[in-house]
Amino acid sequence: MSRTQSAYWQGFRAGAPFILVVIPFALLFGVVATEAGLKVIETMGMTVLVIAGTAQFAAIALMRDEAPTYIVLATAMAVNLRMAMYSASITPYLGQATLLQRIFVGYLLVDQSYAMSITKFETNPDLTMRQKLGFFFGTMTLIAPLWYVFTLVGALVGQAIPPQFALDFAVPITFIAITAPMMRTPAHLAAAFVSVTVSLLLAFLPYNLWLMIAAVLAMMTGAQVELWMERRAL
Amino acid sequence: MNYSSLEIWTIIGLMALGSFLIRFSFLGLVGNREMPKWFLRHLRYTPLAVMPGLIAPLVLWPAGTEGQTDPARLIAAAVAVTIGITSKNLIAAVTGGMVALYGAQYFLG
Repeated sequence: MSRTQSAYWQGFRAGAPFILVVIPFALLFGVVATEAGLKVIETMGMTVLVIAGTAQFAAIALMRDEAPTYIVLATAMAVNLRMAMYSASITPYLGQATLLQRIFVGYLLVDQSYAMSITKFETNPDLTMRQKLGFFFGTMTLIAPLWYVFTLVGALVGQAIPPQFALDFAVPITFIAITAPMMRTPAHLAAAFVSVTVSLLLAFLPYNLWLMIAAVLAMMTGAQVELWMERRAL
Repeated sequence: MNYSSLEIWTIIGLMALGSFLIRFSFLGLVGNREMPKWFLRHLRYTPLAVMPGLIAPLVLWPAGTEGQTDPARLIAAAVAVTIGITSKNLIAAVTGGMVALYGAQYFLG
């Protein structure tokens, strides 16, 4: 097997565990969107074109309350703004890809593909561009189609999932499992600590502002701790 | 919901365009140009700056209980963090967290 193929399959395996979360999340979105009044074709249009679960749930919640169009859009964009940070963070690794490749990366840049890829690229700095792209697209090979298909199943079947399964918690648990192994240095720990503390303190702010402020402060904390450790040569 | 079909497709279309432009932003505009060193130093902490903050309110004030703090979910989160840090294994952390959640729900009623 060529090196590119094996990078693709490594990405494929890295993305595979997320099917456990994507399937219930997609089912839930299909159910919620059609219950709120979207037609099946509209639900699918949103899922395929937007491909951002959290922003989609936020938009549907506001549309159910008859919010003005611009409020729906502003909120969805605010929820997605963290992806600009992902885009900046992954650009040093994928910025040299062709325009068409970068367009596809942009479309498929979600929490899971970003987290798996950035970990891979940081720990394997000598990967070629083809290998990096192979890994990235490998992580989404199962996630994207399952997101579409199970949204459709949820929209067609429309059965609410019983609350005792506590599926709302599958998403936080997955994010914990993604980030916990990343806490390699005191700088990483400090960044995570500031992120959690500030977002809880500012949780009353609207439009995901709390998350943006927490994220920027956490990045500054990580960078400062890193500099401080370098100066002290710890 | 009282939106016309046109309004719904406008929302979907603009959401799709906006989400794509946010994700494409740096990939598209910066591309292969070098970014300043101080900026890269900050970007190294992106995942740990965004994701813990994103989920902290969901752990403390879960959607599934309409925002009521739930001891079972707190236990599950603690178990997932512990397994994640010690084993560095994603599947082990997710499985351990969900098993802890169902277990704690069973024993705490």
